[in-house]
Amino acid sequence: MANHVDSVREPLVHGNKNLKTITNDVLGIMEQKPTRLWWAGFLIALSALTLGIVAVSYQIMTGIGTWGLNKTVGWAFDITNFVFWVGIGHAGTLISAILFLFRQKWRTSINRSAEAMTIIAVMCAGIFPIIHMGRPWMAYWMFPYPNTRGPLWINFRSPLAWDVFAISTYLIISAVFWYIGMIPDLATVRDRAKTKIKKAIFGFMSFGWSGSFRTWHRYETVYGLLAGLAAPLVVSVHTIVSFDFATSAIPGWHTTTFPPYFVAGAVFSGFAMVLTLLLIARKAMRLEEYITVKHVENMTKVIILTGGIVTLSYATEFFMAWYSGNGYEQFVFLNRAMGPFAWAYWIMVGCNLLTPQFFWFKKIRTNMMMVFILSIFINIGMWFERFVIIVTSLHRDFLPSAWAMYTPTYVEIATLIGSFGLFFTLFMLFIRYLPIISIGEVKSVLQFKGRNGSGK
Amino acid sequence: MKKYFIVSFDNEFDLVEATQDFRDKGFTVMDAFTPYAVHGLDKAMGLKPSRLGKICFGFALLGLAIGLYGQYWISAVNWPINIGGKPWNSMPGFMPIAFETTILFAGLGTVFALLWRTGVLPGRKPKIYAQDVTDDKFVLVLTEELSSFNSDTAEAISSQYHAVEWHEKLESE
Repeated sequence: MANHVDSVREPLVHGNKNLKTITNDVLGIMEQKPTRLWWAGFLIALSALTLGIVAVSYQIMTGIGTWGLNKTVGWAFDITNFVFWVGIGHAGTLISAILFLFRQKWRTSINRSAEAMTIIAVMCAGIFPIIHMGRPWMAYWMFPYPNTRGPLWINFRSPLAWDVFAISTYLIISAVFWYIGMIPDLATVRDRAKTKIKKAIFGFMSFGWSGSFRTWHRYETVYGLLAGLAAPLVVSVHTIVSFDFATSAIPGWHTTTFPPYFVAGAVFSGFAMVLTLLLIARKAMRLEEYITVKHVENMTKVIILTGGIVTLSYATEFFMAWYSGNGYEQFVFLNRAMGPFAWAYWIMVGCNLLTPQFFWFKKIRTNMMMVFILSIFINIGMWFERFVIIVTSLHRDFLPSAWAMYTPTYVEIATLIGSFGLFFTLFMLFIRYLPIISIGEVKSVLQFKGRNGSGK
Repeated sequence: MKKYFIVSFDNEFDLVEATQDFRDKGFTVMDAFTPYAVHGLDKAMGLKPSRLGKICFGFALLGLAIGLYGQYWISAVNWPINIGGKPWNSMPGFMPIAFETTILFAGLGTVFALLWRTGVLPGRKPKIYAQDVTDDKFVLVLTEELSSFNSDTAEAISSQYHAVEWHEKLESE
């Protein structure tokens, strides 16, 4: 096929690898003692997680009166965090499923960790609506099940009920996709294990995988099918999250551009987070030959594209507010840019519109420190985007007598820090205890030039 | 009694070509064991396309039916509640959840079908015919009745395709 093109391409992993060195490199990480950088990252993350556990326990025992919410601003920090974390997850599925369908072979070195990031981010996201309920021990009431209260069922017309189904399906399918993809590598770990206990654990986890090609053949089919299912799923998830806003009659929320705007924003923020994580992981785990500058560059290009869509969405919102002639809509947007939360709005614009423009320059794209710093700016900007959408639309609604301000309390800030703690703790454990790079998939692209690199 | 002929290669190209040659010369390929999904080996082994796609479609339909009928039955039959004057059967509003159940059933159903069909299940012990197949070896296992197996031809083909190692094994071992 297009092999004549392949033969002039750069290899996807550097350092003249062969099959054995790939196994040794990736599994070597799990067998050696962790680096100091890993310990530093893990301990900082664990402390943040501890802070979060204390904060969440306190607010569950006391009630959500510990938050800065009031009758006007009924959603604020908490739902901002929820939307932020769900969005982060989307890049993982994009890399593992959508790039797979487009046969982007460079994804093989990063898809495992990106998919792990998705699962962890969705877990972080799930915490926020649950604690927002006030009585989280009743959380199972969200699911339709025959009960002794009538049975009274949930309201299927509510986007919040759609959210429950979308997020839980997303978590389940992502976790299954990730685990199925990992089974062959777990079998490699099993076959290399020196201690009895490790052999037993990975023997169980690898489900008796023998490398049989009859199994591989079916496995490849299922992998493709799961990718095909995950691709529309990921679009549906953030579409439904945007419905939480778009279906309510609040100026600034009630627009039809929300679904594509949210999906693009999710991919944008997710890729920034993948970069943040992978730049840490490649340094901490010495993976420079696998997660190459080329990978980083490709991801920054996705950021330029999705950042452009986000910019276009901001402009469209302003244009439509003016063009609709709707006074409430116009007020909300002027208030966003010039009202009491203008500082948050301009942080958002600065981070999300300007930051991606730096990635047009190859010098910046290939400078890992710069990419790392810029990726953090995008993370900040996208968190503020959700904050701006939620708080500015709510705090000044139709009746000036109902206007109010919103300030987060220390409990809410501690909960946000705690969610970052959970995210990084789980990610650090993942890169230490599981094969962080998909060994089988990297091996399969190693020989992309054919025998002797002849392209045949 | 059956006999196995186990031959290892150190790259995918030799394996695929040798497999094709073995089959052309009338040997029966029991299975191959590889560190990754080798492209083109399915054709060389004469494997038919998997039917799991159809199973996936079946589960998707099941999920869609359960999602649609479940919401209809709950909202319009079992305990209708007037919410904002909306119709009891609010089909357009039931679509998002029906979509999610479709994906959920299709995904989980396909994976369970894969695990059940291939016998890759928690607690199973792997059947290992040769070392390092999960690392860097590509192993082909031929099988035939003991009396009809032509060892000389098999060895000749193996060495022609640069096999690293080969040996024979009886079923009882």
